[in-house]
Amino acid sequence: MKRSFIAKNPSVLIFLAILALFTLLITVMSEGFGVGGISTSFIKTLGKTLCLCLIALAMDVIWGYTGILSLGHFAFFGLGGYMIGMWLMYERTRLIVVDSLAQAEIPPTDGEVIDAIGNQIFGVVGSSDFPLIWAFADSLMIQLMLVVLVPGLLALVFGWLAFRSRVTGVYLSILTQAMTLALALYLFQNDSGLRGNNGLSGLQNLPGVTASQDHVSLWFFWASAAALGGGYVLCAWLVSGKFGSVLRAIRDNEARVRFLGYSVEMYKLVIFTLTACIAAIAGALYYPQAGIINPAEIAPIASIYLAVWVAIGGRGRLYGAVIGAAFVSLLSTWFTGGQAPDINLGFYTIKWVDWWLVLLGLSFVLVTLFAPKGIGGLIDIFTDRRAAKEAKQ
Amino acid sequence: MSTLLEVSGVSVTFDGFRAINNLSFQIAEAEMRAVIGPNGAGKTTFMDIVTGKTRPDEGRVIWGEKSVSLLGMNEAKIAQAGVGRKFQKPTVFEDQSVQENLLMALQNKRGWLAVLRYRPSPEDLVKVVDLAEKIGLKDQLFRKSGELSHGQKQWLEIGMLLAQEPRLLLVDEPAAGMTPAEREHTTDILVEAAKTRAVVVVEHDMEFVRRLNCKVTVLHEGAVLAEGSLDHVTSDQNVIDVYLER
Amino acid sequence: MRQYLLAGLAVLAACLISPDRSSAQDAAIQPILQDHQALIVKSSRKTIAPVIEAVASSGLPQAQTVLEVWAAKNMWQRKEDGLFFIGERIDSKTYALIDFDSGEAVGEFVKKDLKQIKPNSGIRALIGTALVQFQLSDPNTEARRAALLSIERDPEASLLAPLRASIEGEPNAELKAQKQRLERLLTIGYDTNEAARLTAISDMSGDLGVDVRATLNPLLTTTREVALGAVPNGVNVAQVLQPGQDDFDVITAYNLLVDKGLAPALHTADDVRLALGEHIDGGSVGGVPVAQLNTEPARLKAYAALAEAGAVPAYVGDNAINTPLETHVFFEAYVEPSQVVTDAAAQALKDIELKVGLNQTLDLTLDALSLASIYFLAAIGLAITFGVMGVINMAHGEFIMMGAYTGYVVQQLIPDHTVSIIVAIPTAFAVTFAAGVAMERLVIRWLQARPLETLLATFGISIALQQLAKNIFGTQARPLTAPGWLDGAWAMNDVVSISYIRIAIFILALIFLGVFLYIMKRTRLGLETRAVTQNPRMAASMGINPDKVNMLTFGLGSGIAGIAGVAIGLFAKVTSELGSDYIVQSFMTVVVGGVGNIWGTLAGAAMIGFLQKGIEWMNPSNTLAAQTYMIIFIIIFIQFRPRGIIALKGRAAGD
Repeated sequence: MKRSFIAKNPSVLIFLAILALFTLLITVMSEGFGVGGISTSFIKTLGKTLCLCLIALAMDVIWGYTGILSLGHFAFFGLGGYMIGMWLMYERTRLIVVDSLAQAEIPPTDGEVIDAIGNQIFGVVGSSDFPLIWAFADSLMIQLMLVVLVPGLLALVFGWLAFRSRVTGVYLSILTQAMTLALALYLFQNDSGLRGNNGLSGLQNLPGVTASQDHVSLWFFWASAAALGGGYVLCAWLVSGKFGSVLRAIRDNEARVRFLGYSVEMYKLVIFTLTACIAAIAGALYYPQAGIINPAEIAPIASIYLAVWVAIGGRGRLYGAVIGAAFVSLLSTWFTGGQAPDINLGFYTIKWVDWWLVLLGLSFVLVTLFAPKGIGGLIDIFTDRRAAKEAKQ
Repeated sequence: MSTLLEVSGVSVTFDGFRAINNLSFQIAEAEMRAVIGPNGAGKTTFMDIVTGKTRPDEGRVIWGEKSVSLLGMNEAKIAQAGVGRKFQKPTVFEDQSVQENLLMALQNKRGWLAVLRYRPSPEDLVKVVDLAEKIGLKDQLFRKSGELSHGQKQWLEIGMLLAQEPRLLLVDEPAAGMTPAEREHTTDILVEAAKTRAVVVVEHDMEFVRRLNCKVTVLHEGAVLAEGSLDHVTSDQNVIDVYLER
Repeated sequence: MRQYLLAGLAVLAACLISPDRSSAQDAAIQPILQDHQALIVKSSRKTIAPVIEAVASSGLPQAQTVLEVWAAKNMWQRKEDGLFFIGERIDSKTYALIDFDSGEAVGEFVKKDLKQIKPNSGIRALIGTALVQFQLSDPNTEARRAALLSIERDPEASLLAPLRASIEGEPNAELKAQKQRLERLLTIGYDTNEAARLTAISDMSGDLGVDVRATLNPLLTTTREVALGAVPNGVNVAQVLQPGQDDFDVITAYNLLVDKGLAPALHTADDVRLALGEHIDGGSVGGVPVAQLNTEPARLKAYAALAEAGAVPAYVGDNAINTPLETHVFFEAYVEPSQVVTDAAAQALKDIELKVGLNQTLDLTLDALSLASIYFLAAIGLAITFGVMGVINMAHGEFIMMGAYTGYVVQQLIPDHTVSIIVAIPTAFAVTFAAGVAMERLVIRWLQARPLETLLATFGISIALQQLAKNIFGTQARPLTAPGWLDGAWAMNDVVSISYIRIAIFILALIFLGVFLYIMKRTRLGLETRAVTQNPRMAASMGINPDKVNMLTFGLGSGIAGIAGVAIGLFAKVTSELGSDYIVQSFMTVVVGGVGNIWGTLAGAAMIGFLQKGIEWMNPSNTLAAQTYMIIFIIIFIQFRPRGIIALKGRAAGD
């Protein structure tokens, strides 16, 4: 009866295989290591898409499986990005500053170097002092840990407050949205210590690495693919077995689970924090590829789009979330990037840059109304039919 | 026989309406008890109080030989202490198979870490099969519980309660909507269960209560009106006035 | 009343008297001018004062004309007899002369026979001051008002006397009060008599006017001074400063000494670095290799070596600060020499600040009230749909936006602002009502009992509507102009004021509350709505059509959002993001207030409005932070009242 987890979940293996093939294909087609059929900027887009798939997985676990419609996971995503962005920006500025001060007749003191970095980074918000939160910005190790710790702690505190008072359903959704808004508004201030609405920039440059972006973009692409693969296995493991059973039970009837003796609040808190950490890792991989992060990224709307992806992809199934995020975000890039051909109706020209959001909004309504299982539901129909056929034989 | 649960002097008010009024109630270990009463007598609220869903304004709820108060505990803690509850409407997790439902209810560690590491042991699987046999669902073990009939869901829920191995079972209208044959089976399950634990059954159906053949408590306007055998209470003039004559 | 009438008549009469009538008077101004002929012609700022004084105090009605003409460089002297006239240019060579006293033309003269009197700017200023007394008693009320305004804007010591002189004869009561007030303020600032100033200060203490504070504050201006040993006599000391205490740190104190030339300037790290850079000698400075100069101590050591060699001045660093600080005393001195006056002014300002504080609280309360009514308006529709149907309408904000745009479109069609607003309100209601009903029938009805999915579906509609508005109206803000009678603000005093638009919105919120209560408690729809809210199945079995009730409720909630949109559009800019700016606050209002109860919404709106204003008041520079703190507060508040301020209990809460 004891079978390995992977063996019991063949879909995980299939997913990992497809992901590996895809990564290999892209690498072969890339400019950096392959034949050059795909531009570096598109590699970055694909790498970012993989990160979005990862946060969509987290969203699916928290919403599709546990039934908590969190409109705050993009806040954790953004915070993860900020944490790694702090190191990237600090270290890159430091190298530039040391370089330029090396020209001076008298070698700079440590204090002068730090002052110059501070001026470079915070001059734009009219300051030159390092805020306290930058205390560890010079250490990659610590910032990497903070990528998980800071969003995790925020999720833990917020979740503890929210679940303890048994806020559920739409109330909870609104509360998470409020949390996101509060964080975004806070970061928008110039004295937030994270450069206000300027955000952190120049993140695409790895400090001390001389390799070209053609290569760097592939490194990040691989890292994103590995993170997505790892995240998929982790999420699949979480939602299978008894733990997943309890999560789905909480989604379907929270009170009944309590009377079974499970501490619902604790489970919610654990899964909320865990998915927040996954989201943060996705963010930490996403923003170095995007090159810039600012508070607008954290705006509540982003988290709602996340819900849209998962819903369109089909929630309650992990591959659905991945498909939804990849499909909608790539489509969105295509439409808003101006690549989609405009449609000339004679009296009016439909410009997709303007009309894409209308289309997305309406198709989202249609999906909610007519295909609550999303794209994943189509795959279900297919597999069900095959299963039925096999059963007949 | 030692007292398992003692409820004394409990009152609760909703927006000025007294749902429970100075209610006192006792049940011993391995005792079967039926609670009857007209609509609004406070039967469900009484269960809510014992299981921690509703907090009373005053009164005490004492549990077990160590005499712990249940009032400071949340639902999950009370359930872990050994109080199982079955709702009026069958509430099983329809998205999951009978086996998954039973495994979740099985008496095991409830902490999230333990659950995350949990792999069903052969003994547990055997227990599940035994339970399924007891509630007549052995053949349905791998079906989604949402596909079961109404009566089967009721049994599954009782099965889940038994899997919890509670010391006190609170059962709300178990026979509602069942065919006569199903009722009989339900009675058997409950009577069997009451041999090893305390069972409190809330029921409207007199015939069903008679078949349980146990002590009966009549609730009215949130307080105990009469207590004793079914014949005793049905001959009580007060009971006839408020309940039977309506 | 009769007094005013008489005064009015007097002014009228004065206006009617034509200048030539006055020529009938015997007294003439020409003799006075002739007395000072030499001074006028050879005018100099130093000597002219008695002449101006003589003209101004002549008491003749022509005096004002003379001064005006003089200042405007239109006074000409006839060379043959030295008499002064008003000169009017006819062509470049010919001027017509007009007599000051008779006002009649004397004849035309060639320019070379005449001499233009050209007062320099200093003299013109003196004439201007002298003219003030005439302007202050000018028969024309507007001229007097203008004169007062110019004094107020540009007060001067010399204006005090004419101002005082003009108070007595002022016929207009309002202007008289203004003059008296201004006289008090000028007295405080410029009177030479200390006692008079003190009286004036005590007269004006407790007055909330900005001008009073603007007069008192300069009296308390201080400068930081330093003296060797003890504070010198005759200085009005505000405060003796201890270096290192409060915000007067040691460096500031030392720099004050440096500024006054009492100590050598400190060497900054930059100074040291530059000095070292200039003295690099074969890869080392002062015996220290350049490569080692990357620490402060090494640099100081090198500098010390240079100083010893006499190449640079001796290092003045932190250790040099303390000695001079000990021998000097630092203090803040008032610019105003009289201590009695500064004390009185300080006391008066303190009294005023207290009153200002109280009034600011009142002002803040009004602000908060107005904000609360805006939130109430924005949230009430949401509360209705949420309370009755359990539906969170994420597109609610877009309905608000739709209402605002409807107002804008109506205004394009009907130019009259008053009429267009009156038309816009029902139109906005109709448009959003229809949109709400359509949305309910097409989307929400099919998602009943699935609140999270409703939330998402309505969100999809929200994205689409927002983008649609952007496509139609563009991204720039559209104006929705309030009618003229809503312009301006109701000002209680200089501190407390509230704009009429906000008052109108407050009244609108009250009307909504009333209408809502009426509909819910007194109409059939209200009864059915309450029935459906409490038990839809039971209501249905009693012949109520829950679908119809839900549809109407949703329409009503949306319609109210439309009207709220018109109201919000009047003071906020109408953009496609208008709705989303208010949606989170509206949600907060509903959540904090509690579901299914109009009083809860009211309480929630009040709480959020007051909270936001309160936090903004504590941290006025930062409205973003205020919103952040408010949301955090609300999250914590939910801990204690998860179901809102006014919560349903027991079975009705239905969980």
